Amino acid sequence: MVTITRTGRDRPAGPPRTDTGRPARRRGPQRSRLPYLLLLPALILELAVHIIPMLVGVWMSLLELTQFHIRDWSSAPFVGLANYRATLDVHTPTGQQLLQSFGVTVAYTVLSVGLSWVFGLTAAVFLQRPFRGRALLRTLFLTPYALPVYAAVITWTFLFQRDTGLVNHVLVDQLHLMKQAPFWLIGDNSFTALVVVSVWRSWPFAFLCLMAGLQNVPVELYESAAIDGAGFWRRLSAVTLPMLRPVNQVLLLVLFLWTFNDFNTPYLLFGGSAPKQADIISIHIYKSSFIAWNFGEGSAMSVALLVFLLAVTAVYLLVTNRRRSHA
Amino acid sequence: MRESTVERWCRRVVLTLLTVFVVVPLYAMVSSAAKPLKDVQGTFTWIPGHPTGKAFVDMWTTVPLARYLVNSLVVSGVASVFSVSVAVFVAFAISRYRFRGRQAFSVTVLATQMFPGILFLLPLFLIYVNLGNATGIELYASRTGLIITYLTFSLPFSIWMLVGYFDSIPRGLDEAAQVDGAGPFRILFRVILPTAVPGIVAVVVYAFMTAWGEVLFASVMTDENSRTLAVGLQGYATQTQVYWNQVMAASLVVSVPVVAGFLLLQRYFVAGLTAGAVK
Repeated sequence: MVTITRTGRDRPAGPPRTDTGRPARRRGPQRSRLPYLLLLPALILELAVHIIPMLVGVWMSLLELTQFHIRDWSSAPFVGLANYRATLDVHTPTGQQLLQSFGVTVAYTVLSVGLSWVFGLTAAVFLQRPFRGRALLRTLFLTPYALPVYAAVITWTFLFQRDTGLVNHVLVDQLHLMKQAPFWLIGDNSFTALVVVSVWRSWPFAFLCLMAGLQNVPVELYESAAIDGAGFWRRLSAVTLPMLRPVNQVLLLVLFLWTFNDFNTPYLLFGGSAPKQADIISIHIYKSSFIAWNFGEGSAMSVALLVFLLAVTAVYLLVTNRRRSHA
Repeated sequence: MRESTVERWCRRVVLTLLTVFVVVPLYAMVSSAAKPLKDVQGTFTWIPGHPTGKAFVDMWTTVPLARYLVNSLVVSGVASVFSVSVAVFVAFAISRYRFRGRQAFSVTVLATQMFPGILFLLPLFLIYVNLGNATGIELYASRTGLIITYLTFSLPFSIWMLVGYFDSIPRGLDEAAQVDGAGPFRILFRVILPTAVPGIVAVVVYAFMTAWGEVLFASVMTDENSRTLAVGLQGYATQTQVYWNQVMAASLVVSVPVVAGFLLLQRYFVAGLTAGAVK
């Protein structure tokens, strides 16, 4: 049997940093004001760009903020929860569309996050052991993450062109897997295309984090596992994954939030008008705000999205933290 | 610990597949940039039949690429320098002082980053437009507005990484300086910053990358004069025909600086993530 002793490294990951036992510094009132002074510029920026606009956004969701009122929003009539009723009621066509968009987003997020994590973990595990060319592969794998998103996605748009793209050239002309060249950027295939591009862009981030996490796993653990006769899978399940749990907790949450809120990939891939099979939520809100010029309904949907994400995040943190303390 | 034969072959196959997945689009970008327009309008070819650098010349006139490039440089440069300066003070406070609200602040900064961008976009757009109408301060469709917006985007990650670096600098150095009569700012600028230079460079590069690649706010908050690369590059597609060779050439040119910067400093990103995330 492989027995793993938990080391001091296995502490909760993420934002709530635990105090490291430093003595508190109290040197009179003048000193104690200093930290707040140091935070002030950041605080002002956060207020100006995030907190205040968010509150304004909540207010906007209660107004009839259509194209007639955008130049002078003080004239927009207060309509209470009408925007929420109009967009979230699934019995109306608008609500139906939002529900469809929500479903697409959930499927997109699950597939993209799952595949990115699996790819990242595989690469990180296989690159743990030194071999010739390892540094080169590591650099190569990080390149899609370093590439500006528009350069990456525009390149994929080119690859997915029906008549001139690389994807159809390989599938139809070279591998003869299909008789007819399919469309990738409209119709049912657009969802596949979206997932492929998203995974291509985000798995290197999973790889980067997991690689950093693996550097903290003491080699002795693998050695004692090997002495106990543990094979590849046993080492993965008994050493690697438990040691990566703190990293995974943060990584999966971050990937989930990024992918669920993803705007760039569909916006760039489909040129602003995503087909309904790939109409994920940010694009949906963007379209109803800037094409239909209804900022009230757009804000209502944004606020609903935020509430949903907060709820999911809270439940996720609760469950993963409890599981950890029980483990 | 030896590697079994099966394991070795698994590793080779899997790593090869991942390499193909990563490399093919990159190769297509580079090779298509070297093709004449006629060749990218027909069936895809792996090897450029008539290699030419013409796309790299023509791309500057099809769309005003130079203007977009300057806009992106100004916006990303100013935003990254200011945002890292702000982050340095925050990281110093969090690393060296215990104070009430320390945790709440860190969590809030991280949390705002996770909220949907679209949620801030609509109000910020309206605030900028209405502020412009009311006071004459041009924030909408100006580089200043974009810079202010981008200042916060890289803050959480910058703070996180910098706290990790600052924590790894021995407190003994602070105390030695304190004995010599140095105040907090002297300690920050004379002791901590010189020691943390690689980390700070890595964070500046990260902040630059973030601003350089931002699409959502750039697509709404800019006009023809303040347009950045993120939006400008789509201009090649709105012409009567898509100049794919020029699009690929332009994508390559705007990617090389940030990719090179990131890859050169990758060691520090891994170190920063290890210090910040795993703790």
